Amino acid sequence: MIHCYKFDGLNIVLDCYSGSIHMCDPVSFDMISWYETEDADKVIARAMEVHGISREDAEECLNDIDGLVSAGKLYAEDKFENIAHDFRKKKFTIKALCLHVAHTCNLNCSYCFASQGKYHGERAVMSYEVGVKAIDFLIANSGYHKNLDIDFFGGEPLMNWDVVKKLVSYGRSQEAIHGKNIRFTLTTNGVLLDDEVTEFCNREMHNVVLSLDGRPEVNDRFRVDLAGHGSYERIVPNFKRFVEARGDRSYYMRGTFTHFNTDFVNDIRHMLDLGFNELSMEPVVTDPSSPSALTQEDLPVIFDQYEQLARLMIERYNEGRPFTFYHYMLDLTCGPCIYKRVAGCGSGTEYLAVTPWGDLYPCHQFVGDSKYLMGNLDTGVTNYAMRKKFASCNAYSRPECRDCWAKLYCSGGCAANSYHATSDINGVYEYGCELFKKRIECAIAVKLKTSGLSGKLDRP
Amino acid sequence: MTRIVTIETRDLTKSVKEGGCGECQTSCQSACKTSCGVANQACEKLSK
Repeated sequence: MIHCYKFDGLNIVLDCYSGSIHMCDPVSFDMISWYETEDADKVIARAMEVHGISREDAEECLNDIDGLVSAGKLYAEDKFENIAHDFRKKKFTIKALCLHVAHTCNLNCSYCFASQGKYHGERAVMSYEVGVKAIDFLIANSGYHKNLDIDFFGGEPLMNWDVVKKLVSYGRSQEAIHGKNIRFTLTTNGVLLDDEVTEFCNREMHNVVLSLDGRPEVNDRFRVDLAGHGSYERIVPNFKRFVEARGDRSYYMRGTFTHFNTDFVNDIRHMLDLGFNELSMEPVVTDPSSPSALTQEDLPVIFDQYEQLARLMIERYNEGRPFTFYHYMLDLTCGPCIYKRVAGCGSGTEYLAVTPWGDLYPCHQFVGDSKYLMGNLDTGVTNYAMRKKFASCNAYSRPECRDCWAKLYCSGGCAANSYHATSDINGVYEYGCELFKKRIECAIAVKLKTSGLSGKLDRP
Repeated sequence: MTRIVTIETRDLTKSVKEGGCGECQTSCQSACKTSCGVANQACEKLSK
């Protein structure tokens, strides 16, 4: 299966099952797309007619295409479906936990999927004892995995800061004993991000996610405190100090865009103007009936914004001022292996969320939905049927994905998004698919435009 | 005449044999939290 598209003068062909990317001139771009359904003579004749090239030229191009097909880089066969079947049989190990250390928040963002940190339940904070139990549980169930991930999440995790620090200390004390490497991460709204937190995070946290929606009026539309006051003026100075002290360690300035700011590239520009250059901007996850929900009419606007964002990245790269956008990060030569591409995020199997009480859920987005309770830290995972269901949820589990070129980039999509859109983790959140495919197209275009390779084509 | 430039990418078929160690970072864990794919993940073995 191939996917052909154009971006600002580039003719791009993606080969789904080999992962190959081909940059083409207009002749080869057309001939590759005709190749699938027409025989060689017709492809040659059509190329001569449409592009006015000689038979010799057309035959030479067809030979090149034949060579790529023989080399398994074009129209490669799907040999990976069995990998998906094997996931159901494998031994389950856990390598990542999302610790909900605070089901409470000092902001009151109405669009929050976690319902202001409470996850539709009571306010609560995780005790040190529960946190220790979670770390022990992770290590005990991690099998052969050396690298383990623990994210401090909420609500607002800094509202339980002392416990966070003590848990990091406990985790570090266990690493050498068990031969593990724990990567701690933390997501914060910035309200309590003072110098002490900054110093600790910059020493201990592998990554820190900072929540800011962009321009003051955009951020303060939703990101308000309990009295309704906007948070921008309070958090931006904290974020600036934090990032300055962060040095070259990774962080993400993460925003959410909604129906009210579909021009989100302006928010990304604003973040850049503030001096932040590791950025993430996510489409809102909310009830479709909410006024902030993205609509079908927003889709072409968002597509255009993703293209504008790609152009901005190319422009800044050429000016020697590059920045990172999370969804446009692609490591073409050292990216994920086929197992990761088929399996996806690992929710419900190797990744679990832990509530302040020690209940286990497939991921943070299912917390509070009792149907998805998987067990607790005392019993371990006891909902085996649910675990099996999540193990079976992958790039090959949805009939709708069968003919989709992007399935080995998205692994079939986010189970929580599917569930919220269709009431089934194996459903398809089509709106999300459209956004995802556009982002991958743009991400690859950015890679090609900044690779210096487009000049290699004789007729770009 | 160069009409096609093939970009160097990871060979997915080859990764059937060399991949699957599971040491890579959990994709949703530390940046997105709401709509993640795996495309932007790095391989722990190869990117070292």
